[in-house]
Amino acid sequence: MTDMKKTSLTLGPVYYLWNAEKWRDFHFRIADEAPVDRVVIGETVCSKRQHFIEPHLAEVVERLESAGKTVILSTLALVTLNRESKQIREMAEVSEHLMEANDLSALAILKDKPHTIGPLVNVYNAPTARLLASRGATRICLPPELPFSSVKEITAELPDIDFEVFAFGRMPLAISARCAHARSKGKIKDNCQFVCGEDPDGLPVRTLDRQSFLALNGVQTVSHACQSLLGELDHLVEAGVRSFRLSPQDCDMVAVAKLHRAVLDGAVDADAGVAKLRQLYAVAPLANGFHHAKEGAVWVARTRSLQAAWPA
Amino acid sequence: MELICPAGTPAAFHEAVDAGADAVYCGFRDETNARNFPGLNFSREELREAIAYAKRKGTQTFVALNTFMRAGAEEIWYRGAADAVALGADALILADFGLMAHVAEKYPQQRLHVSVQASASNPDAINFLVDAFNAQRVVLPRTLTIADIARIGKNIRCEMEVFVFGGLCVMAEGRCSLSSYATGKSPNMNGVCSPASHVRYRKDGGELVSELGEFTINRFPAGEAAGYPTLCKGRFDIADSNGYAFEDPVSLDVMGELEALKAAGVKALKIEGRQRGKAYVAEVVSTMKAALNSPPDRRAPLLARLRTMSEGQKTTSGAYEKRWR
Repeated sequence: MTDMKKTSLTLGPVYYLWNAEKWRDFHFRIADEAPVDRVVIGETVCSKRQHFIEPHLAEVVERLESAGKTVILSTLALVTLNRESKQIREMAEVSEHLMEANDLSALAILKDKPHTIGPLVNVYNAPTARLLASRGATRICLPPELPFSSVKEITAELPDIDFEVFAFGRMPLAISARCAHARSKGKIKDNCQFVCGEDPDGLPVRTLDRQSFLALNGVQTVSHACQSLLGELDHLVEAGVRSFRLSPQDCDMVAVAKLHRAVLDGAVDADAGVAKLRQLYAVAPLANGFHHAKEGAVWVARTRSLQAAWPA
Repeated sequence: MELICPAGTPAAFHEAVDAGADAVYCGFRDETNARNFPGLNFSREELREAIAYAKRKGTQTFVALNTFMRAGAEEIWYRGAADAVALGADALILADFGLMAHVAEKYPQQRLHVSVQASASNPDAINFLVDAFNAQRVVLPRTLTIADIARIGKNIRCEMEVFVFGGLCVMAEGRCSLSSYATGKSPNMNGVCSPASHVRYRKDGGELVSELGEFTINRFPAGEAAGYPTLCKGRFDIADSNGYAFEDPVSLDVMGELEALKAAGVKALKIEGRQRGKAYVAEVVSTMKAALNSPPDRRAPLLARLRTMSEGQKTTSGAYEKRWR
C-alpha cells in the first residue's frame, strides 16, 4: 500500500475579502500551528482588492517561511485589464517565489519558469497536464469538478508530475466580469465600495424555496456545500495523488489542517474525521459528489460494503 | 466583417448558407461539442454533405470540438478532429489545450480557432495560444467591453471573433461548473448547461415552479410567462432581496455597436444558437446580413426586427457596455 504519510498539504489562497489584520493573523497562526507544507497567498478573485493585503504581504511570507512552509504566490483567476496582466508579469520578473497560474495569461508569462497550476485552470486530461508540465508546471491542482475516474487516468499517465486535489472548501464554481455580490447590495463593480468584505465566508444565495444553494464572493460564485474528500483520501493516495488542498473558509483552519494530517497519518479514521469536520465547519453541509461523478452538491457516504467484501 | 452562423441540424445549415452566412459552425452528435443536446448536431455523413453544399455556395464551415477531453477517452476527440479535417472543415474551434496541441502537431495546415470556452480574455493568453498552437482566430469571452476588445486587438497576432446576438453567458465561459453542481452535467465535460433531462416544472398553489435537479430556479406567479431554468438566469434569495441575482432572462444584442466593433478590429461576428430551429436561423442570418450590408443610418428598422426574435424579447449589450458589470 502507498504510504499515506508521504503526502503533503497545501493551504490554498483565501478567496474571500478579509480585513487585512484578520488575513495577516490567520496566516501567522497557520505558520505557527498548521501542519501544512505549502501556503498559496495573494488575491485570486478580484484585482480591485489587491491593495488590502499588500502592507502585510512581506511579514506573512517571512513568518510562513521561518516556519518551514513553502510560499507560493497566487495570480488572478480572470485577467481582462492591462494593469492585471502587467501585475502578473512584474511579479514573475521580480519574485523569487514560486507562482501559481489560475488563468491562461499566467501560463503564458510563466513559461519555462517553474510554477504551479491552480484548480481554476482547465486540466481535464493527461495530454493537457503533460503540455503544462512541458512548459514548467511542477505541481497541478486538478479542478474540483473532476471525477475520480479522470483523476486516476491522469495520475496513471503522468506519474512524475505532482498532482493535488481540492480536498476541503467551498467549491469555486464560476467567475464573471460582473459582480453579483456588489449588485445584490445595490452597487456595481466599478463603484462597489468593497461590500464583499462584509461577507468573509461568502454571501448566501438561497432558492426561492429557501434551499441553501450557492454563495457570492465578489465576482466569484462558490458552492454552499463544502467539498470534502476526507473520506476518499486513501483512494486518492493509492491513485498517486501527492497532495491535498485545503481552501480557507472562515473557520478554524488550523484544526481542519490537523484533522486532514491525522487522517492521512492513520491517527484518526476517515469516518471519525468526517464527523469531526462537520463540527469544525458547521455552517454548510459537506459534499463530495464531483469526486463520484455526481452532482457536486451531494454527499456520497463512504461505502461499508468494502468491509463486507473483504472480511477482516 | 464576416457573419458566423449557428447550425444544429443539416436543415438549419442549409438555411444559414442560403441566408448569406460567411461561415456556418456546427458540431458532431456527441460529447465533443458544447451544444450536445438531444436531436441536435451532425453525423459524419451529414457533415460531409453540409460542407459540400457550403463549398458550392462559397461559404465556410467551422467544426466545434469545444468541450474538454474526458481523461482516458481522448480518442473520441482525436477522431472528431481527424474526421473534421478529412471532411474539409475550414476551421476547427477548440477549447482544450491537449486537443489544440494534438491538432497543431498532426494537422499543421488546419486552421485552428480558439473557442470562447477556452476563456482567452487578454493578449498574453491569446498570444500564448497563437505561439503554442498556431491559433489563427480567437472567439473572445463575453466578459469584455468594446474598449477592452479594441485594446486586445492592437496587441494580439490573430483575428478576433465576437458574439453579437443570441444567448448570453453571464459567467466566464469554460470556467463554470454551476450546472454540474446542480445536475452532474457541465458544459466543459458534457457539452450541456442546465440540461433538459434535469428540468422539472411543478405547480405550487397558483405558482409555477421551475427546478433544476433538486434546486428551485424560479417561481412564476399566475400570468407571468415561465422561462427555461438556466441556472444563472434564475431568481434567488440573497440577504433581504430576491430577484435575478446573476442576470435577467435576456439575450445578447450588440448589433447597435457594429461600427464600434469594426473600429475595434473585430474580424467576425458570431451568432449564438445551434439549438435554434431553421426558421429562426434563416430569419436572424438574413436580417443581420442585410444590416451589415446597409449604411449605419439605414440599419434601425432591421435591428428592430432582430430584437423581436430575441429570447423573451428582452436584450442586453452585456459586458460590452461597462455599466453591465
